[in-house]
Amino acid sequence: MEQILKSSQLSKYFYQKKALDKVDINIEEGKIYGILGPNGGGKSTFLKIAAGLLKPSQGEITIDNKKPGVYTKSIVSYLPETNYLYKWMKIKDTLNFFNDLYADFDVERARESLKFMELEEEEKVTSLSKGMMGRLKLTLALSRKSKVYLLDEPLNGIDPISREKIITSILDSYSERTSILICSHLIYYIEKLLDYVFFLSEGRIILSGDAEELRNKRGMSIDKLFQEVF
Amino acid sequence: MEFNNNIPIYLQIIDNIKQDIVVGKLKAGQKMPSVRELAGILKVNPNTIQRVYQELDREKITFTKRGMGTYVTEEEKTISSLKEEISKKIILDFVEGMNKLGFSNKELISTLKEYL
Repeated sequence: MEQILKSSQLSKYFYQKKALDKVDINIEEGKIYGILGPNGGGKSTFLKIAAGLLKPSQGEITIDNKKPGVYTKSIVSYLPETNYLYKWMKIKDTLNFFNDLYADFDVERARESLKFMELEEEEKVTSLSKGMMGRLKLTLALSRKSKVYLLDEPLNGIDPISREKIITSILDSYSERTSILICSHLIYYIEKLLDYVFFLSEGRIILSGDAEELRNKRGMSIDKLFQEVF
Repeated sequence: MEFNNNIPIYLQIIDNIKQDIVVGKLKAGQKMPSVRELAGILKVNPNTIQRVYQELDREKITFTKRGMGTYVTEEEKTISSLKEEISKKIILDFVEGMNKLGFSNKELISTLKEYL
């Protein structure tokens, strides 16, 4: 299988604080990965560096053999945890916004996804509930035909119905040519989706492995393993 | 299907499919859903389903025709031995559980009779 994202000895410091400490992560095509860990463990920092929003302090990361930059941004779709949509926008404006920004944005796919997510194009972004906002952001991120999807806490603060819809959409956008990297501390709900997991704590990978093998070897769910490790 | 996340998910799906074949919910020679379809239905990773079909093919419980999909075996023999395999497992689990509770084999049989 082809390697699409690789970090070697990747470190990031914020003044004295080590957010990432010599992190080695390899991501192959056609697999779904979980970076799991407590809040403040470095998950979001890793995604931000991969998305090209932060620069590493030491070490390096490459995506399709290139350092983060214009090219990698064209093949990486990043779902940030924060709200980045302008307040004046209606949902249809967000589609146009993404369509202008990204050459690989598929408006048709986005419209279909909106229907599935039960979102109306005329609705204003500011009137959306937290769950609806989560569904909209995911629709936008997954409607790009990207090689790599970086999803930062897609289920955080999301109600059960939205959660099911989000999980279905993530599965729908998976293909043998794509890789999906999900950061989350809500392991229970996403562990069925994951091929491979990395446990990240205090900036370090403390455990990694094939999800099914870990269940087999340890005789427990990834969720329980997580609770045991931390 | 509800999963017990403590056990590898592909093993649970395999057991479930075997059960469906034995009770006739899945018929001999019937086409199985595609990897993507089944992943969508069960909401699990498609690679997990891929693994399920590989394993079932290896055990000759299903067979895959290139480009056509995966089918349930047409061998009645395989299906009847599958039934044996599953019933054996249930019985072994039962006996083991009862022994753990301190039932001797004799007590176990007499207790069982009360429920039949």
